[in-house]
Amino acid sequence: MATIHIDGEPHETRDGENLLQAVLEAGVDLPYFCWHPELGSVGACRQCAVKQFNGPDDKRGRIVMACMTPATEGAIISVSDPEAKEFRGEVVEWLMTNHPHDCPVCEEGGECHLQDMTVMTGHRARRYRFEKRTHRNQDLGPFVKHEMNRCISCYRCVRFYRDYAGGQDLAAFASHNNMYFGRAESGTLESPFAGNLIEVCPTGVFTDKQFSKTYSRKWDMRGAPSVCAHCSVGCNTIVNERAGTVRRTINRYNDEVNRYFLCDRGRYGHGYANADTRIRVVGQLIDGVHHQVPSQAAISHFATFAEDGPVIGIGSARASLETNYALRSLVGAAQFSTGLAEPAHGLTLLAADILRTTPAHTPSLHDVEQCDAVFMLGEDALSTAPRLGLSMRQATRHASFLNADRNRIPRWMDASVRMMGQDFISPLMIATPAATGLDDCAVLTQHAAPDDLARLGFAVAHLIDEAAPAVPGLTEAESTVAGRIAEALLAADKPLVVSGTQLGSAALMQAAASIAAALMVRGKPAALSLVLPDANSMGVALMGGLSLDAVCDMARDGKVGTLIVAEADLTRQLAPERVEALLGQVRHFVLIDHSESPLIERAELVLPAAPITHSGGTMVNMEGRAQRFLPVAFPEGPVEVSWRWLRDFAESIGQDDRMAWQTLDDVVAAIARELTVFARIGEAAPSEQYMLESGHIRSQTARVSGRTAIRSHISVRDQPVPPMPDSPLSPTMEGTYSTSMPGALVPYYHAPGWNSEQSLNRFQQEIGGPMRGGYPGVRLVDAAEAVWSSAHYSTDLPETFAPRDGSILLLPESRIFGSEELSALAPAIAERAEPAVVRMAGDGPSEVTLTLDGIRHRLPVLRDDSLPPGLAFYPAHMTLRAFAAPVWVSLETAEALA
Amino acid sequence: MIGIIRTLWLTFLHLFHKNDTVPYPETKPYLSPRYRGRIILSRDPNGEERCVACNLCAAACPVDCISLQKGEKDGRWYPEFFQINFSRCIFCGFCEEACPTYAIQLTPDFEMSEYVRQNLVYEKQDLLISGTGKYPDYSFYNVSGLAIPGKDKGEAEREAAPIDIHALLP
Ligand code: SF4
Ligand code: SF4
Ligand code: SF4
Ligand code: SF4
Ligand code: FES
Repeated sequence: MATIHIDGEPHETRDGENLLQAVLEAGVDLPYFCWHPELGSVGACRQCAVKQFNGPDDKRGRIVMACMTPATEGAIISVSDPEAKEFRGEVVEWLMTNHPHDCPVCEEGGECHLQDMTVMTGHRARRYRFEKRTHRNQDLGPFVKHEMNRCISCYRCVRFYRDYAGGQDLAAFASHNNMYFGRAESGTLESPFAGNLIEVCPTGVFTDKQFSKTYSRKWDMRGAPSVCAHCSVGCNTIVNERAGTVRRTINRYNDEVNRYFLCDRGRYGHGYANADTRIRVVGQLIDGVHHQVPSQAAISHFATFAEDGPVIGIGSARASLETNYALRSLVGAAQFSTGLAEPAHGLTLLAADILRTTPAHTPSLHDVEQCDAVFMLGEDALSTAPRLGLSMRQATRHASFLNADRNRIPRWMDASVRMMGQDFISPLMIATPAATGLDDCAVLTQHAAPDDLARLGFAVAHLIDEAAPAVPGLTEAESTVAGRIAEALLAADKPLVVSGTQLGSAALMQAAASIAAALMVRGKPAALSLVLPDANSMGVALMGGLSLDAVCDMARDGKVGTLIVAEADLTRQLAPERVEALLGQVRHFVLIDHSESPLIERAELVLPAAPITHSGGTMVNMEGRAQRFLPVAFPEGPVEVSWRWLRDFAESIGQDDRMAWQTLDDVVAAIARELTVFARIGEAAPSEQYMLESGHIRSQTARVSGRTAIRSHISVRDQPVPPMPDSPLSPTMEGTYSTSMPGALVPYYHAPGWNSEQSLNRFQQEIGGPMRGGYPGVRLVDAAEAVWSSAHYSTDLPETFAPRDGSILLLPESRIFGSEELSALAPAIAERAEPAVVRMAGDGPSEVTLTLDGIRHRLPVLRDDSLPPGLAFYPAHMTLRAFAAPVWVSLETAEALA
Repeated sequence: MIGIIRTLWLTFLHLFHKNDTVPYPETKPYLSPRYRGRIILSRDPNGEERCVACNLCAAACPVDCISLQKGEKDGRWYPEFFQINFSRCIFCGFCEEACPTYAIQLTPDFEMSEYVRQNLVYEKQDLLISGTGKYPDYSFYNVSGLAIPGKDKGEAEREAAPIDIHALLP
């Protein structure tokens, strides 16, 4: 703690801060551009000038850049000093000399940091009368729009894109007034984090191309806190809506999870909620054709099905905990399935089990960033959990921070820390079948088949703790690699092991668990992170249930009368003929879902569910953190959140005593009561009754426009806005708002004078710290109290991988764009997704024919020499819908066929 | 008593004053061009829609009776729909003041009565006129940096030609 004096007022600051942070934390407005809370300071824009005095007797003082000056004990500064103000006014005036007259046609307008800072400095009239420099724009792909005229050369974009996210294809070109930030030539930005440029750039150079298509000003949209549904990281988001359509997704700060950045799958994945693939009517199959029927008719129809034999429920890892629980309550725990087929089912349950029993710590993303050695074993986390990949990249900087500390350079001094730290890289070690997007910052990469990777992992565990089983028959090369990895992990203060379900291998996850446990035994505070397939996989795993294989067996034995599928696409889990068999063996098939799947044709009843943008609920991410999402849009017509359909089913068959839930809170309370593992989920977010300063928080801004006109083409009469179901937020502009609201309820960021997302500074207890109002979600799984003994080491070591003649082990490749189910329905993601190809090493054919589940597929081949022989990669769930686990396939080349 | 006589006298004098009543609607009163009546959307000198769908008029409107949606064609922003609920409009003229393009203008026409309130909802085709209204010369895109058909980068007022970023000269 240090005390500094800002304009005569004493303020406490944290140690090691810079003056800009200190001033902002003190609640004083000081304009800035190039400093970013996560990217640090470079002093490029000169906007944050303040006057610093040497002591109480120094009346002259000197101008310093607040972002480049440490806040030292007793520092005396003045923000309102006339000379400093004039300096800042001149800086913004220079920056504006070339700025186009674009605000009305700029997507940033109304939430523009440049607008805010210009107003803050008081610059109003343009005095510069000469020509403005102009630039041509580039087409940067489906996500990001480019309008280079608006650039103020703050360098934030390249610092984020290259330095922070490891991207290569965005750079600064030319010099002085001519500075250009773009690609060498037009083309799609390659980084999967490119969408963050929209929020990082303080001007309208980089804006959201998809949002621009149905653009609305920030002040006009309703907002609601949400949770990304597109992978198991569970990044926090704000979803915006206007006039019934979902307009965009932006980052919502959670100091423990995603902090300032999202991946592009999460930012653009919401497109499925507006797509034509949404189910919006209740359908009943009559004589082989779906007819629209009233909701009541469908529910009473279900009651007749229920009399016709046992009801089995299939839940889903992409549905909320509430929906899964409602289904489980309706059909009974013994008739409830997780919606996952083997091996995904077993692996997901195993992951939950490992995290509950491991002595190691399960890290949040922020914890990952603090680790100083990372071993990624058998999981390409950058593509299965992109935001985790970004955090792992930050972990490699740890050594450079220590080096900076040694040289007494503050960590926020970004350029110096990076320059001095070039040779200080914390080890990231990657053992995967093929190259990954993180290889560029890894000190070691090892490519092998899943079984060999698992053996390598077990060998590492054995090297760390002798009590872990030894691996027989390792090659010398493998032993050396294992030795290097073990050594690096042991040398670290906070080692991290990352694995997951991608390769469908229990042994891999067990090996990762063994390494983490071994490190704990050696006294290292190890962390273990396991990536799961879907957003709520952990929730479903903790709830438990039958595998789809078990359901298939029950159906074969004639034990299934009615099958209810809630938000699951069975064709992604079961091969086509197994789906056929299952549906042929059940008497009735009821589908509740928000988006069409190939099964919709077969369902006797189709009930339209609300997607997460239109409903409230809870999901549990891969670290076991329960997080609440709230509806931003009203469910249209008969659309209902799935658990309400299931509750109505229960009522129709006289089971309403157990499921008489009216609100989300009722379901949450029921889950917490019945299942001890979820006892604390109520703490994920405040309840629907929550009031902030005696009112509900408003989900629209105070300046939302068009209230008396937006519906007037339907009816000129004003209609009161109904309450938003399952949300503590008021659906209109009426309500309360303050920067100390709970983090789980933030509908949009705004503070007086701060219209852009930079107003976030006002919502945090300290910059980069927790939200003032708390609520970062609740951790359900914590480091086990169970005592660890070497008997817990898995002894299930796989054999060495042996390539087979004439066939190849086809591994599921995870694609950031295209593999995940819901985001693949979003037009922007579909546009970004590359066509599916088989990746194989060697100078092979350009096309192969694979036989999978008895069906022959002719597929294009891409040469990838990072793969070991006998292995091939093919994207999971893309053209081969059910393909998600390694499988031996017989292989014929096109030439051989000819 | 005196008060009553005075009142009668004043009323009597009015017999010799000039008539204030006009035979409306046969005779129309003069309204200045700045009168705040029926709202229109104008076009720029090239005959293109002036409105760029910036939403500022809607934000300025104290009764929130303007609603529109941004669309885009060849880089030009335009309103996909633009509706004004005149049954709410108070003709304050704030929208006109807020408009950066002179698109929205109030006119000296107040004859908008309807029997059915729904008819007071004007859509873009009801609002858009074919001329420039009160401001004959202004065209927003001539001062803005966006490239649109017929006006490339560097061709707006006071703009230099686009930078060649591959040039090595400083
Ligand atoms: S970047 Fe900001 S200041 Fe510049 S045109 Fe866009 S909204 Fe206006
Ligand atoms: S493009 Fe944006 S982030 Fe990059 S230098 Fe220009 S203003 Fe800064
Ligand atoms: S897809 Fe995963 S990493 Fe990306 S934003 Fe969503 S939760 Fe985060
Ligand atoms: S203020 Fe003018 S340009 Fe903007 S939306 Fe309204 S009419 Fe169109
Ligand atoms: S923010 Fe301090 S120089 Fe840019």
